[in-house]
Amino acid sequence: MSSPERQVRPADPAPIFAALGDRTRLSLLTRLSDGRARSISTLSADARMTRQAVTKHLRVLESAGLVSSIRVGRESRFAYRPEPVIEARSYLDRVSAQWDDALGRLRTFVEGPGPI
Amino acid sequence: MTNQIEKTIELKAPVDRVWLALTDSAEFGAWFRVKLEDPFAPGELSRGHITHPGYEHLVWEARVVRMEARRLFSFTWHPYAVDPNMDYSGEPSTLVEFRLEEIGSGTRLTITESGFDALPAHRRDEALRMNDGGWSAQTQNIAAHVQS
Repeated sequence: MSSPERQVRPADPAPIFAALGDRTRLSLLTRLSDGRARSISTLSADARMTRQAVTKHLRVLESAGLVSSIRVGRESRFAYRPEPVIEARSYLDRVSAQWDDALGRLRTFVEGPGPI
Repeated sequence: MTNQIEKTIELKAPVDRVWLALTDSAEFGAWFRVKLEDPFAPGELSRGHITHPGYEHLVWEARVVRMEARRLFSFTWHPYAVDPNMDYSGEPSTLVEFRLEEIGSGTRLTITESGFDALPAHRRDEALRMNDGGWSAQTQNIAAHVQS
């Protein structure tokens, strides 16, 4: 059962940030970010990488939810999933807002005379 | 979107004042809204209860990393640990750094929180160098695309 408090807690964003923190994976995502699904062969030709390397990176992206794969005939095609990027961004926004509040109180604390 | 959060604030208070507000655990607690049990010391775990209204049930926990007088104070913690039923101890922690700079009679304070990608702190600098800034630019591109 979910309660309102539960919704405050975001999904663990670390795997998303970790998956995004790699130049090759970012370029694969950028390639896919036009919304079209592509096969491993197409992606490896574009990136001038081996199929094995591309597959490995796609699996990392898939396990972070950043791409999904669909089977088309005998090959898998990969498509970009925007939700985790939005989630990661809103997570950072929340942490950022907490710092704004804290810094506002710090300012009052060190600049002003009275209690905060 | 970037891999770290950075905030800069210029305070009309001398560096000594700001340093004390950051590193004296009672002073820190007053504005950060946490009641800390012990003084801060490098390498030591700092624990206390949040005093922010509505969040009093939460335990605050951080490990102090560096205390370089009037320059740098840093600790690691679990960001946004707001669910009391959740055990955050096994999750990656982020590094929070407070850097102080004297500007006239005031202080420029820069806060960075980094490590959201779960890299251990000792590998972070290396990894960021390798990423060469392209990370954040490209992620912005993707985010822009997503939000368009």
